[in-house]
Amino acid sequence: MPDATAVATTLLPADRLGAFKVRLGIRRYGYSVEPGLYQVGAPTPASPVLVTANYKLTFDIVRSELTGIDAWLLVLDTKGINVWCAAGKETFSTIELCRKVIETGLSDVVEHRTLVLPQLGAPGIAAHDVKAFTGFRVVYGPVRAADIPEFLRNGMKATEEMRRVTFGLRDRFVLTGVELSIGWRPKTLAWLAASALASGIGAWGFSWAMVALRGGTAVLAAYAGLVAGGLLTPLLLPWLPFRAFSAKGALVGALAGAGLAALTWSAIGPLAATAAGVATVVIASYVAMNFTGASPITSPSGVEHEMRLTLPWQITGGLVAVALWLVSMWI
Amino acid sequence: MSGLRYIDNVVTLELDAEKCTGCRMCVQVCPHGVFEMRERKAYIIDRDACIECGACERNCSAGVISVDAGVGCAAAIINGWIHGTEPNCDCGPGSDNCC
Repeated sequence: MPDATAVATTLLPADRLGAFKVRLGIRRYGYSVEPGLYQVGAPTPASPVLVTANYKLTFDIVRSELTGIDAWLLVLDTKGINVWCAAGKETFSTIELCRKVIETGLSDVVEHRTLVLPQLGAPGIAAHDVKAFTGFRVVYGPVRAADIPEFLRNGMKATEEMRRVTFGLRDRFVLTGVELSIGWRPKTLAWLAASALASGIGAWGFSWAMVALRGGTAVLAAYAGLVAGGLLTPLLLPWLPFRAFSAKGALVGALAGAGLAALTWSAIGPLAATAAGVATVVIASYVAMNFTGASPITSPSGVEHEMRLTLPWQITGGLVAVALWLVSMWI
Repeated sequence: MSGLRYIDNVVTLELDAEKCTGCRMCVQVCPHGVFEMRERKAYIIDRDACIECGACERNCSAGVISVDAGVGCAAAIINGWIHGTEPNCDCGPGSDNCC
């Protein structure tokens, strides 16, 4: 038998902890497995070959869905990036697939000439070229690894439903961790600490009470904006009006900002409270706009379109917030 | 998909149905049901659902589909504007600026 590493279909606590961490944006890069050929169960030369990426989160999801199945798993070197993003960046590519087929001696391992690819790898793979270069026929499997067993049972036929990308509540929720992770990056914390300290300066000289009050409000505005744009907007996505994510985010941010302004109005004054409210809207809008990168329903042309429309508003809002804040320091 | 639709009338997808060879690959690879086969030729039935991933163009052996595929990420587009290049999301080892 050829040299293929056996892998289990059950995940260990360490795998789950790893998945949890990368979902929170902690050491997401370099979370990878060695590319090459793996065996799941006890595959024979007649067993199917499933192709995937070497992002460990992807690899773990795929193998965990293969309990009771004997298959070969051909893992491409996508530099630890998931299938869809890697296909877009051309590391999950025709060339890389052909290279791995040859490197692993796959044509001596299996007697058939069929490769099952994840459908979302299609942007990087030209099926007809793979056939021409290697003799292997590419069959696009389902979008989701969870549908692989049924796909194989159906004689490698994907149903209409298996071919569609959905973006349900759970899908949106698991992606928010990475959006929110900007909130606990050291760079962000340093910026917020510096801003809070600077907020203690004003017509009154420097006061620690003002650091707590005005600085605290500034920090609150940043996190209110982040949560509004990076958590609430993704969760509420289908129910919010407007098509542009930045507009959806601005709406949620406006509610959060109005609340923050009302809460701090008497304590820090109308000018500073308004500045904090406006800043919340701007941050929420910008963070929500960035969620387009995580969504499978947005086209690059659409993202550029909404950016051209809303970036000027975000910049204006940001300048207004800063101006109000500065004025509030001296009156 | 519970009413989740993105911005209309912006995508760059084009299909020359006259020259379609009817291989059905675009129907298979499209994750949003943009194409349908009619009388053994592909047709665009839901253009605004297209996310410009480029799967159809890449897998069209007749070369009759074109789409300006790319990274649909705001940070990537800003990167592209700043550096005067194609949108680049910079996702990868050593990056902390990935979408």
